[in-house]
Amino acid sequence: MSTNRQATAHSPWRAPILFAALALLFVLEGTVRNSMFSGSWNTSLAILNMGLISAITALGVNMQWGYAGLFNVGVVGFLALGGLAPVLVAMPPVEGGWSAGGPRVLLSLAVGLGTLALATQLWRRMGKGRLRGLAVTGVLILGFFVYRGLFDPAVTAIEANNPARHGNLGGLGMPVMLSWVVGGAFAAAAAWAVGKVALGLRSDYLAIATLGIGEIIVAVLKNEDWLARGVKNVVSIPRPVPYEIDLQQNPAFVEFATRWGFSATEASGIWVKICYMSLFLVVLLVLILLAELALKSPWGRMMRAIRDNETAAEAMGKNVTARHLQVFVLGSAVIGMAGAMMITQDGLMAPVGYNPLRYTFLIWVMVIVGGSGNNWGSVLGAVLIWFLWIKAEVWGPALIGVLTAPLPDGGLKEHLLDSSAHMRFIAMGLVLLLVLRFAPRGLVPEK
Amino acid sequence: MDILNALVAFLNFVFIPAAAYGAQLALGALGVTLIYGILRFSNFAHGDTMAFGTAITILVTWGLQALGISLGPLPTALLALPVGIAATALLVLATDRAVYRFYRVQKAAPIILVMASVGVMFLMNGLTRLLIGVDEQRFADGERFVINVRDFKAMTGLAEGLALKTTQLLTLVIAILVVWALFWFLNRTKSGKAMRAYSDNEDLALLSGIDPEKVVRLTWIIAAALATIAGVLYGLDKAFKPFNYFQILLPIFAAAIVGGLGNPLGAIAGGFVVAFSEVAITYPWLKIAGYLFPGWQPDGLLQLLGTEYKFAVSFVILIVVLLFKPTGLFRGKSV
Repeated sequence: MSTNRQATAHSPWRAPILFAALALLFVLEGTVRNSMFSGSWNTSLAILNMGLISAITALGVNMQWGYAGLFNVGVVGFLALGGLAPVLVAMPPVEGGWSAGGPRVLLSLAVGLGTLALATQLWRRMGKGRLRGLAVTGVLILGFFVYRGLFDPAVTAIEANNPARHGNLGGLGMPVMLSWVVGGAFAAAAAWAVGKVALGLRSDYLAIATLGIGEIIVAVLKNEDWLARGVKNVVSIPRPVPYEIDLQQNPAFVEFATRWGFSATEASGIWVKICYMSLFLVVLLVLILLAELALKSPWGRMMRAIRDNETAAEAMGKNVTARHLQVFVLGSAVIGMAGAMMITQDGLMAPVGYNPLRYTFLIWVMVIVGGSGNNWGSVLGAVLIWFLWIKAEVWGPALIGVLTAPLPDGGLKEHLLDSSAHMRFIAMGLVLLLVLRFAPRGLVPEK
Repeated sequence: MDILNALVAFLNFVFIPAAAYGAQLALGALGVTLIYGILRFSNFAHGDTMAFGTAITILVTWGLQALGISLGPLPTALLALPVGIAATALLVLATDRAVYRFYRVQKAAPIILVMASVGVMFLMNGLTRLLIGVDEQRFADGERFVINVRDFKAMTGLAEGLALKTTQLLTLVIAILVVWALFWFLNRTKSGKAMRAYSDNEDLALLSGIDPEKVVRLTWIIAAALATIAGVLYGLDKAFKPFNYFQILLPIFAAAIVGGLGNPLGAIAGGFVVAFSEVAITYPWLKIAGYLFPGWQPDGLLQLLGTEYKFAVSFVILIVVLLFKPTGLFRGKSV
């Protein structure tokens, strides 16, 4: 949401040119080998694939921010929650894990949720007064103890089951692509719960509440070993695409690779990444299509009307809070989906990696730079910023090397060279601030 | 029933740590609430402001230690604190001039300012990492304990020991002094009154000839001082690690909102509410229960929530306040 909304004329060629320039960067990365580019298609495609996942995340954030002006600071949490889905859906069930305490864990979770629901209902149904407060508190305390009484032994039993290799419940052994939808559903459920509380109040409250839920979701993933082994990580999550090793042993593929002048190892890596890229592109394009259709529909006009003037929209009889909740849940579902896709690609669930600076605030830089309110802008911003973020690892030290060349050798120069990794944060902060101030509509402004 | 030992254990493991932590949160929340009251946005860069101020203080402390200057039983960091405050104040004034003023003049929506504060957060985070790195630093020196466990046991003959760290006592003393000075400033001086007037009603304050830029500058300086003091005390008490200062943002916001955003008294109360709930809920009560009810043998630790979920406590408090009293315990702003 920019502060200045009147449409300034800009060339219709702007977006295509920017996308072409971006494509050129990836081609250079894939073909040119010098101090700036790696000249490896494997690297180039790896950056692109993560860029596409970031693009889908940015799309989700853009729905919340660009369509409705909601500031979600818990992107990392929704992304991580989505990442839980591949583990729970696609991993084979752990032998003995389910019988150790599966039903009891489910029962305890049901008791926990039931307690909250009962407390809510009591609060709504009972008349105002001291009795209501006492009854609700009593239900909550009793429910908590019943929940812990059921939950703790079940968790101990599950985690005691072959702890070195498993110690978790495992998954359902279903196709991994299914988990992309499930991941979206997980994130949507969490978003509904947060949005229900924090929306309709002051705009900062949603930001602070999402900051909290983001940290809590990551903490749960780190500590609940029965769920996804916590910091012990879940490895070898099934893939929707072939494995490199199988390709390398397939004579037809090796012949195909040599015809194109690649070694079998390199070609197998490239082929797997192209498969992922195609899957991600399909998801991305479908999401953009749906989002564009929604934006052009009466619903989209209403959303923009609400964003631009809440009071006026409310006066027209629109339920602002309900619409905000709707778009917040939708956006979070898209983020959750991206989270599931990321874990599918990595084949590894490692909750320690969920750093808010990388997964929340970097995504925000992408959305703002790309052009908030414009889906294509978010995609452009995401892929571009991701490319720069990765390349800054190489370019940063080189740049600092050049800048510090005139300095005499010594402690200061060494310190600056050593800390060039931190320059990325400063650079991203600067980019965010500069775009926000001088080009609040981003690279590809909203139409 | 052994009430005396139970009481000592309670003081040692719950009351004293929670009181020190509460004072640190209160100072942090005071900064957030002042910025909210005057500039009308939630400053996401506050945690990293704390980290920056602490980093500068640590660097100066190391310099002083290298020169052989110390404060005897007190941590040397106290001597370095004014330098840290001054550097932080300069930094936040510079960010205000370069970033926030533009949006203030434009009268941009508060959420845009929040967004800008995220950019500032990135900058400060990078700056802190550049200065001091990402690793944990311990910089407390001087006397470690005011009362240590062994002396306490020898003195009282109780089975349970009580320890009072210098940093904990220092936190409480400094927090009381700072809060007293802040309230004296807000209530008794002309500039303080101008700040309160501006916070209450901007237009009216402008009409009565208050210079808004001066009020804003003062607010930033005070917020920088509060942030640095809170950060240094937190770092002395636990340890300094830049990422922890980002994470402490949530309890600080929770404290400020519980007390009512924009209300300084509320921020202090909020800090203690959050700290005491966090410690009480994540503390295993088994030991204390053992003293109180010797016959009872529970099979758990009597811990309501693992310490790894301490942030969940601030979050739940936040949610409860948002549900039932969105303006906070003490009436804050509901703009």
